[in-house]
Amino acid sequence: MALDVSPEFNQKTGMGNLDGQNLEVEQKQIALETQKLSAWFGDHHVVKEISLSVEKNDVFALIGPSGCGKSTFIRCLNRLHEEGEGARVSGDVLIQGIGKSGGRENIYRSGVDPVSVRRRIGMVFQKPNPFPGLSIFENVASGLRLAQVVRRSVLEEVVETSLKQAALWDEVKDKLKKPGTSLSGGQQQRLCIARALAVRPQILLMDEPTSALDPISTARIEELVMKLRGEVTVMIVTHNMQQAARISSQTAFFLMGELVEVGPTNRIFTKPKESKTEQYITGRFG
Amino acid sequence: MNIKGRIAPGNLGDRTFGFILRFFSWATIALFLGMLVFLAQLSWEAIQTYGPKFWAGTDWNPPMEEFGAAPFIVGTLASSLIAVLIAAPVSVGTAVFLREIAPRQLSSFVAFLVELLAAIPSVVYGLWGVFVLAPVMRDQVQPFLAEWFGPETYFASALGHLATAFIYPFSLIGNLFGVWQISLSELSVKMMAIAHGLFDGPPLGLGLLTSGVVLAIMIIPTVTALSREVLMTVPDSVREGALGLGATRWEMIRIALLRTARAGLVGSVILGLGRAIGETMAVTMVIGNRNVIPNSLFEPAQTMASVIANEYNESDGLHLSSLAFVGLSLFLIALFVNLFARLLVRYLERGRYA
Repeated sequence: MALDVSPEFNQKTGMGNLDGQNLEVEQKQIALETQKLSAWFGDHHVVKEISLSVEKNDVFALIGPSGCGKSTFIRCLNRLHEEGEGARVSGDVLIQGIGKSGGRENIYRSGVDPVSVRRRIGMVFQKPNPFPGLSIFENVASGLRLAQVVRRSVLEEVVETSLKQAALWDEVKDKLKKPGTSLSGGQQQRLCIARALAVRPQILLMDEPTSALDPISTARIEELVMKLRGEVTVMIVTHNMQQAARISSQTAFFLMGELVEVGPTNRIFTKPKESKTEQYITGRFG
Repeated sequence: MNIKGRIAPGNLGDRTFGFILRFFSWATIALFLGMLVFLAQLSWEAIQTYGPKFWAGTDWNPPMEEFGAAPFIVGTLASSLIAVLIAAPVSVGTAVFLREIAPRQLSSFVAFLVELLAAIPSVVYGLWGVFVLAPVMRDQVQPFLAEWFGPETYFASALGHLATAFIYPFSLIGNLFGVWQISLSELSVKMMAIAHGLFDGPPLGLGLLTSGVVLAIMIIPTVTALSREVLMTVPDSVREGALGLGATRWEMIRIALLRTARAGLVGSVILGLGRAIGETMAVTMVIGNRNVIPNSLFEPAQTMASVIANEYNESDGLHLSSLAFVGLSLFLIALFVNLFARLLVRYLERGRYA
């Protein structure tokens, strides 16, 4: 469980978006830190030496125009980028509590199994992708099954909790045996969120999770993300600047594979330091 | 989705075109029915003489004017079953390899070769079967099989017990309705005899097993190509979903690829089965052509297709009519297999796309 901090602690620390002048900086834990992270597709350098850090149990948004490398960037954070043909990564990603000691560990250290990294970091994709051959129940349980959990009572409990967390339980509790793909697009995406949450990841990566959904489904997923704050570290890539402003406390602006600016969401949207950020958020390009 | 354009009544071009299309569509149906009628007509004498008992009759003796099709039905089903048992895992495995593991260039090159194999005429496979495969089967494979799985081996006993346990419930139902009176011990003795006889007898090279292997090799290209196509339709997003969840490559293949493509894979295997059931030339060349129900997979046998190919030339009267009846039965079996495949695929696919 990622719930090793008291609610009070979260209230004090999780609200960095108020004005960016949180004085309790020293109490914040860093869940994830990248150091000079670069990624390539063949010769195409799509992510250029990005260094940033993400606070634990915070919501961190990545914004930027299409093709700016933000999706590729978060796909490096669970070592999924390297699965593509001709894909390459360099640099370090330090994640809290991945290693055996529970300390920070570089997931790109040689000898680290990408599979074990992905089991600790959940991912939700742009297009809802429930497993078509599996029922709603089995979709949510799939991560647990991969982790060799077989006790029916445990599975049932976790599936229910996860579906409730994903605000889908009431809609599907009577048809858990139906195929996951029989749901609507928005429901499928929440099913995928439940599937990711079922294994209790420390970090949840979301790659434009609402871009294929209608406004009502989008709103539900945004609510969900806001509810997850304080329980799990969320990194969300989004095209939608209002969405970033609504749900995140920290925002990073990417352009052409480079990190232009990162800071508390409120400041990024009200007083950006870089002129490119300002131009983008005021809609002058992108 | 399904918008049917209406043919404008006034437009001559539209009307002519519509008429031509309709004509060809109906022509297909007419051809199908015509074949059925023709076969029924030709086999009428045999149908009148034997009726459904034709399928149960075990004797096929042209000089004595005795005709029963059971040996050929058994031969067709057994050789096709052997073919599918060998071909299904090989083909699906190859398709998974081409989709998931091989580098892209190797994958498309091998896929191309596989499709080339599908173009080889069956008579060539038959020649290869007679002159290359049969000696290997006779000298290497069959002695090996006889030693490990033949009579008086643990495998045969285990298989006999398993078959008894599997069929016993059905025999109870048979008893209940009085259509099949058999006791457990009788059933067990029968199953044991079949199991111990499976790999019995002298290794001849030509026979049921060899024809099954040739059929398997013939349908592997088709089934592989179809399975590869099916696997290609599984979206990358589903594969990534599994990887992102921490699946290993094998786990991803299992839960994302094979489960998603299950219906299509079953469909492609059954299409292969359909081809194996109807295959004539290669089978005729390697099966040994003996009109008896074989007790052993090493024995020569005869399929429905091969008996027609072998005997139609010198037949007349009831013999010819009986051959036509075999053809009609083959036609019906092929039809049934296709129908069954469609139902199965539909069942497996239910609720998949909402």
